[in-house]
Amino acid sequence: MSSLNDYKGPALSIAGLKKVYDNGHVALKGIDLEVTQGDFFALLGPNGAGKSTTLGIVSGLVNKSEGQVKLFGLDIEGDWYDAKRLLGVVPQEFNFNQFEKVQDIVITQAGYYGLTKKQAVEQSEKYLKALDLWDKRDVPSRMLSGGMKRRLMIARALVHDPKLLILDEPTAGVDIELRLSMWEYLQELNTSFGTTIILTTHYLEEAESLCHNIAIINQGDIVKNTSMRSLLEELHKQTFVVELQQAYPARPVLADLDVSWKDDQCFEVDVEKGTAINELFTVFNQAGLDVSGIRPKSNRLEALFVDAVRK
Amino acid sequence: MLFIRAYWIAFSTILSKEIRRFMRIWQQTLLPPAITMTLYFIIFGNLIGSRIGEMSGLNYMSFIMPGLIMMSVINNAYSNVSSSFFSNKFQRSIEELLVAPVPNSVILAGFVFGGVARGLLTGIIVTVVAVFFTDVQVHNFWVLSSIVLLSSILFSLGGFINALYANKFDDVSIVPTFVLTPLSYLGGVFFSTDLLPEGWRLLSEFNPILYMVNGFRFGMLGVSDVNLVTCYAILISVIVLLTIFSMRLLKRGKGIRS
Repeated sequence: MSSLNDYKGPALSIAGLKKVYDNGHVALKGIDLEVTQGDFFALLGPNGAGKSTTLGIVSGLVNKSEGQVKLFGLDIEGDWYDAKRLLGVVPQEFNFNQFEKVQDIVITQAGYYGLTKKQAVEQSEKYLKALDLWDKRDVPSRMLSGGMKRRLMIARALVHDPKLLILDEPTAGVDIELRLSMWEYLQELNTSFGTTIILTTHYLEEAESLCHNIAIINQGDIVKNTSMRSLLEELHKQTFVVELQQAYPARPVLADLDVSWKDDQCFEVDVEKGTAINELFTVFNQAGLDVSGIRPKSNRLEALFVDAVRK
Repeated sequence: MLFIRAYWIAFSTILSKEIRRFMRIWQQTLLPPAITMTLYFIIFGNLIGSRIGEMSGLNYMSFIMPGLIMMSVINNAYSNVSSSFFSNKFQRSIEELLVAPVPNSVILAGFVFGGVARGLLTGIIVTVVAVFFTDVQVHNFWVLSSIVLLSSILFSLGGFINALYANKFDDVSIVPTFVLTPLSYLGGVFFSTDLLPEGWRLLSEFNPILYMVNGFRFGMLGVSDVNLVTCYAILISVIVLLTIFSMRLLKRGKGIRS
């Protein structure tokens, strides 16, 4: 493993990956994908697009039909032992024994990676504390809330200090406050410890906030693979949310603007990228509207995502 | 050599997790065989056995004791692996193992020896129960311990294969109910095969449990309906075949990888 320190290639490289299930369904049509070391990478796609199949093959839960997958230059079949030691997986569904205690789950996972009991106890303490679960260490896992279960899966995936962490919808069903604290922790993991992270999520603002690079997969094909910045630059329009001082039941027509009223006191307006906000205010004044606030709509990625998967 | 140490730790982790599991639910795993076997000793040994007289030159209670111990061992070894591995599949916690650098042989060994541990512990419990009803002897310790070990390995492997194929909980109980129990009852636990008509006796020779029960009976009492060498040959051959089959299923990912 000493050569890993000198390795400068991609954390994950996938070439010609194809998966045909026993029922004949073609889940992946021969995809190519690279994730650089230290990246925070988003793999997005609608349900059934092939995201989980791709990640399942990488993590050894799904058998591939064709193609090659390498983790830090190590083939997941030929060098499976070293490759798997570098990988941590947080799956979409809770997949731990509901009757086991929280710390036992993490310690057991450490044992599967060959950590001694002493190392396993130390590592479990480190990550359960980091993820604010230390007080629950002796509680059977079924007694945890949904958010705590998600954090337990992250602690379990990190117990052997992986170089690459795969997160398959880690914040599904998690409340906003907890989601933000998880984002913070994952960002710290990525920036301070250099852990490469691959994230799948249905919350597009999550991908936009966290990830540097993105691939969109649809019907077993990669339809976009670029940096988040370049993808967002593809947006020709910007959407602003406009809030008004009082209700306007008549909903006045605003000349030359693409407006969608949310209620009598709020509307969204799509404008060409680069349009000065002053110009907008001029139009609003001419229509006699008293504006109390204006802000950009946050989930800009949504439009691009829908566009990519509909092509 | 580092990976050998890691494999050993992984094996011990699976094994200790399995032992922890059946000890945690001892009311479901260890107590029932003790109660069932107590009833067997009372009803078949004491009440009915006293009217039967001798079997193979032994009083009936002594004759059935090795078979009852062996029946508990194989049933518990089998059901421990089949139920534990299937619930790992069902809860998807088997994924914890599949993503980790643990080879299939270590996964198989961990679960099989978990079954062996429960089988042996149950065997010890039933033997302790038997002490209250009859004189427990050991004719040949090495035969006795090797037969019980090989039998529990064999049935743990059977339980593992059952769990790989099972899609629902019912599939896990079908084999013990419709295969293991009849084979145990017809495997010379309660009678000597010398009592059977020629045709049935020939048929019973295809029952592997007959060899285990008689091998174990030889270890305890020094009497057997079958040749000891045949007994070992059959046990070892079936273990080898089931191990090869289990490894092939694991390599294919049968029931655990799509």
